Amino acid sequence: MASVSNDAATHRGPGRARWLVVLVPYVWLLLFFVAPFLIILKISLSDTAISMPPYTPVFEGFGAIGDFISELDFENYVFLTDDPLYIQAYISSLRIAVISTLLLLLIGYPMALAMARAPTSIRPTLVMLVILPFWTSFLIRVYAWIGILKPDGLLTLLLQTIGLMGPDDQIQIFRTDTAVFIGIVYSYLPFMVLPLYSALEKMDNTLLEAANDLGCPPLKAFWRITFPLSLPGVIAGSMICFIPITGEFVIPDLLGGADTLMIGKTLWTEFFGNRDWPLASAVAVILLLALVVPIMIFQNQQKKVA
Amino acid sequence: MGLPFSFQDDFGRNGAPMAKTLGPVKRKFSPWTDPSAVPFIRFENITKRFGNFTAVDNLTLDIYEREFFSLLGPSGCGKTTLMRMLAGFDEPTEGRILLQGKDISGVPPYRRPTNMMFQSYALFPHMTVEKNIAFGLEQDKLPKGEITARVEEMLKLVKLEQFAKRKPNQLSGGQRQRVALARSLAKRPKVLLLDEPLGALDKKLREETQFELMDIQHTLGLTFLIVTHDQEEAMTVSDRIAVMERGVIVQVATPAEIYEAPNSRYVADFIGDINIVDGTVKKTDSALGAPGAVTIDCGGLTFAAEQECQAVVGDNVAYAVRPEKVRISPEQPADTSVNAVNGEVWDIGYLGDFSVFIVKLDDGRVMRAAQANVSRLVDRPITFGDRVWLSWPLDAGLVLTR
Repeated sequence: MASVSNDAATHRGPGRARWLVVLVPYVWLLLFFVAPFLIILKISLSDTAISMPPYTPVFEGFGAIGDFISELDFENYVFLTDDPLYIQAYISSLRIAVISTLLLLLIGYPMALAMARAPTSIRPTLVMLVILPFWTSFLIRVYAWIGILKPDGLLTLLLQTIGLMGPDDQIQIFRTDTAVFIGIVYSYLPFMVLPLYSALEKMDNTLLEAANDLGCPPLKAFWRITFPLSLPGVIAGSMICFIPITGEFVIPDLLGGADTLMIGKTLWTEFFGNRDWPLASAVAVILLLALVVPIMIFQNQQKKVA
Repeated sequence: MGLPFSFQDDFGRNGAPMAKTLGPVKRKFSPWTDPSAVPFIRFENITKRFGNFTAVDNLTLDIYEREFFSLLGPSGCGKTTLMRMLAGFDEPTEGRILLQGKDISGVPPYRRPTNMMFQSYALFPHMTVEKNIAFGLEQDKLPKGEITARVEEMLKLVKLEQFAKRKPNQLSGGQRQRVALARSLAKRPKVLLLDEPLGALDKKLREETQFELMDIQHTLGLTFLIVTHDQEEAMTVSDRIAVMERGVIVQVATPAEIYEAPNSRYVADFIGDINIVDGTVKKTDSALGAPGAVTIDCGGLTFAAEQECQAVVGDNVAYAVRPEKVRISPEQPADTSVNAVNGEVWDIGYLGDFSVFIVKLDDGRVMRAAQANVSRLVDRPITFGDRVWLSWPLDAGLVLTR
């Protein structure tokens, strides 16, 4: 009998430990994602007020549930659809995110492929080089781009020195969409290269030899074998870049011009410029909803791969 | 003509050769003995170096049409490199490869009339079995109908018709191996290259597949070149075997010649089980190159072999005899002057079909004798510690000069 109860105890032990392991990330997500989101959602349904905090709370304790429900209003959301500024900002953000992601794929794929085909001994070094920019603050790196791109910056100097540009000409990239694309592609490249590399690196090279052997020339073999097999990496990299780019604020703010419309910038203006917290929260909620769809696609794809 | 009982039902599922539908009767095939025969593939003074390492060293080899040819050797002997050069994945550093008399140097792999079955199978994981087999045919831009027909034919050949829509990861190891075979055969290559094709299969399945490979090769009339380190596999399937060591070919011959008349210690030792002792030539009954008995003194024991004499008196040679050719008996043989030794049974290895007796001679040396277990007696007449005599006829032994 003793041995039986012992068995039961040893069986319960790991069971509990397993629960703890599962529980910790969920508690984390609950505290730091779900709870703040609910707060934002609550604020988005409130009215603006000139006070501290600058909105009329709609929920005061459990006794006031009736009041809360009756006071809920979607006026902020309605306002978002009324003013074309917001819709244009969303569309412009998605456009910039799509173009940036395509550029990232175009630049990141050959890089990842070259890394995956490099001799095994130098691959860790190459991976380290890709991660190297993270050793400096993101903000400093974006400021550095200002120094490069501004009209009297390093790029102009370089072009003048090699004679591609007259001494009085200046390059007009800073404070345009082009500068935003340069900044985004530069900042997000590691997030594109690493998933692509990990997908390409584990690919069996004999598959390409087999394709060659069966009469398929190398370039065609890339499209028939390498690319389809790297699709999970392509999707992972694209999602990891696309989602945060859509909400990007720092890069368009520092490198973009007045006409660079991005939802992150709009959100910032509403929060800190207009101090309209409820409207800003509504903008944030809609942004989240707009991103949930690609996230779901991503998850679905991951499940299919697994 | 019906049998009194059916082997098919009793043994068919195990794939015993007796039960399977046998292919056409094999005929004696030996184009290499015909001096007028033109080789299908010729490796001409091939050398391949990787940096400082010489993988293949000035190697010349002829392979004939419809031959099932094996390259046999330990890992690193250059056999795979040789095959990869024929497939076009590596180019020889020196020498040239002729296919049907034409130099194929510089022809890329996708333009060579060879197809390869890879050791890892290299099936495309994102394609179904059907698509994998069709891949090569699609590259040739064959009409759709023809591709479908050929794929069906191949699926039937490897008995995978009901698995056409599966992906490789939904198949067992044996099934994947069949898909790989079907894919490499689909284009009807002039030469099929097989790189350790059966390595990943368990013994029973491997043996079954070996016979299937032979049938397929025979039915389709193709030339097969197989690379293997498994001597049993090479013996079973091949018309001829090339035994390789460190980039050179040590011996090219039929399986029986390789086994019964190895040309060197290396080949004798690599193929099968063998007793080898060092000795010096005491007497030769014939001139160099003529057949006759050669008598060897091996540290007090006198052994003799009847063969083409390749040594003169006083030469240091090796004497070899296969365990299954050694007779083991408790009684003293009539003539104990030559090829007869006396010792104690040290150990017995019971292998089911055979028993191997390890006999410790009085001078401390060890010899092995194998005996077929022809009766079902469990109590053997010879057991541990028994004094026994080992003896063998003159034509069983071998004198190895290399």
